[in-house]
Amino acid sequence: MLKKSLIALAAGLALSTGALAQDKIDIVFIGKNTGNPYFDSLTKGFVEACQKIACNFEFVAPATAEATSQIPFIEAQIQRGVDVIAISPNSPDALNQVFDAARAKGIIVMTVNGDITGNESHRDLTILPTDFTKVGADQIEMVGSLIGYEGEIAILSATTEAPDQNFWIKGMNEAIKDPKYAKMKLVATVYGDDQPEKSTSEMEALLANYPDLKGVIAPTTVGVAAAAQVVQSRGVAEQVNVTGLGLPSEMRDFVKDGTVKAFQLWSPYNEGWLAAHLAVDLKAGKAKNEVGSTFEVPDLGTITINEGNSINTQSSLTTFTAENIDQFDF
Amino acid sequence: MSAADTTRNIAGREAAPPRPLLHVILVRPETMTLALLILAVIVASQLSPFFLDINYILRSFTLSAEFAIVALVFTMVIIAGEIDLSPAANMALSACLFAWAQASGIPMPVAILIGLAAGLAMGALNAFMVIALQLPSIIVTIGTLTLYRGLAQIIAGDKSIRVPDWFIGIDKVLVLGIPVPVVIFVVVSLLLGLILAGTIFGRQIYQIGTNEVAARYAGIRTRRIKLVLFLLMGLVAAVAGMMTASRLGSVRYDLGLGGELQMVLMAMLGGTYIFGGRGTILGTFLAAWLLVVVSTGMTVANLLPAIQLTVLGVLLIVAIIATNFIYSRTQR
Repeated sequence: MLKKSLIALAAGLALSTGALAQDKIDIVFIGKNTGNPYFDSLTKGFVEACQKIACNFEFVAPATAEATSQIPFIEAQIQRGVDVIAISPNSPDALNQVFDAARAKGIIVMTVNGDITGNESHRDLTILPTDFTKVGADQIEMVGSLIGYEGEIAILSATTEAPDQNFWIKGMNEAIKDPKYAKMKLVATVYGDDQPEKSTSEMEALLANYPDLKGVIAPTTVGVAAAAQVVQSRGVAEQVNVTGLGLPSEMRDFVKDGTVKAFQLWSPYNEGWLAAHLAVDLKAGKAKNEVGSTFEVPDLGTITINEGNSINTQSSLTTFTAENIDQFDF
Repeated sequence: MSAADTTRNIAGREAAPPRPLLHVILVRPETMTLALLILAVIVASQLSPFFLDINYILRSFTLSAEFAIVALVFTMVIIAGEIDLSPAANMALSACLFAWAQASGIPMPVAILIGLAAGLAMGALNAFMVIALQLPSIIVTIGTLTLYRGLAQIIAGDKSIRVPDWFIGIDKVLVLGIPVPVVIFVVVSLLLGLILAGTIFGRQIYQIGTNEVAARYAGIRTRRIKLVLFLLMGLVAAVAGMMTASRLGSVRYDLGLGGELQMVLMAMLGGTYIFGGRGTILGTFLAAWLLVVVSTGMTVANLLPAIQLTVLGVLLIVAIIATNFIYSRTQR
């Protein structure tokens, strides 16, 4: 009896949500983990887009960013029958099987803000913040300009397997071979696992092990904030230049008090904004997921789908300094 | 038999009357687990209309089936008064060795044997330190859990090792509509449940956990039984590691990271007594389903992980309090 009424209730709910969802598509964004301010801004892009165009949006994320923690969340979204899964993948390959299962159900799988490098055939398309092949070189140039192109530098990264960070670090190692940087030496690459405590102690260890260190690149928002905090509390901002990829909201105080002179990033908000518009256009047949095809996004202009079904939200990194940081609120 | 003896017997019987059958069945930790499981299913189906779908629940179970299978042997180790926290790291290292072997051209059957042998060897190392060197198993296995994970990282580095396409997808193979990992879990549960409850070997495991010195004086070969348990743990962990490799399609050093806590959770929710001597396979079996239903139900309802963690924590504390209360009420 109870079971019958439960099933009836379940069926009723399914019917009512189905009726409501008819003209709007369901988009879910699966973040790397919860409590990561970077994704708040990205999510805001989705939310504000879905207030204007025909989509329902939900954000979910596992508690930890380890390789397999997103799998139950993807399974759940398949079960919910969403139309589009946008995801910032925690692993370049552990999600392949479950992505295949989602796509077999007709769900569009787009990786956002990071790709499954080497396994691109398991997703439909990727939305990247900028041209990732240039990030490594841009960051080396940034740190070089801060330290006068001379001295020891180190990298403070996220986890050892973070695919994007590893790709950028590869780019940095190649860029530094340029004769322009002949007097710069990359002495260490350490990993703070995107945890504030671990990043702080790795940064402390760098300062202790390399007394002549001139610059630190932290290509991760958690790492660059932790590194700046260490340099600020030790009062060594004159000797050690911290830069990297950071959030203006988290770095504002460090930039204002001179601890950090400049750092870079893109706009995560625009990624969410673009992803939602593209998802709706794809489902409505207004855009085609083909290399070379273009579509219009309000405020961002004409966007092209590049080689490997990859989309760049902006063409190069934005540099934040004391002059312009107040213009950004994410 | 003298008259005095008879009186004492009767008096003894009156002092501790046998508990009513209903009492024996109802006041058990497993009953609590079953009640929680039923409650969880009801709540989960209220939370989301998408939950009550047996195929979805089975599919979700395959995501933790590997841990659940190891948790069954883990339960036996706890009942014997020991603990082994290294199986998740063991899963990673045996899977890495297996994947590395087959990637470097060694034929698949040999690679699988290498993985299994590695699992056994890791179990043997734990057993050696616990039994021969008389070290506390909790410290030993915290040590080996770090060691095994470290070795896995040395072998695999930061890269993942692919397995061949035909090896991928054990969780997609169905037997009578049920995914193979779930079938394996049920079969192993039945097997170990029968061994633990129905054989002399099984009774001896309880004896050791209740009072090891007394068990030894009673002629039970405690060291041999513990050796068997640690070896079984290593072997089953290796199998679970390779099942995970098949499910994910690739192997990394971080495979099964944190799995030991899931296993502890399953055993404790199932009413296994952490100090040994009490617990059942049925309890762990039910607890594994309970955990899957609870976490799946909350995930498909898009509840935040913070809420999920809180609910799991409360469940565990409730289970431990209830288990201790029940055991103190039914002290033999």
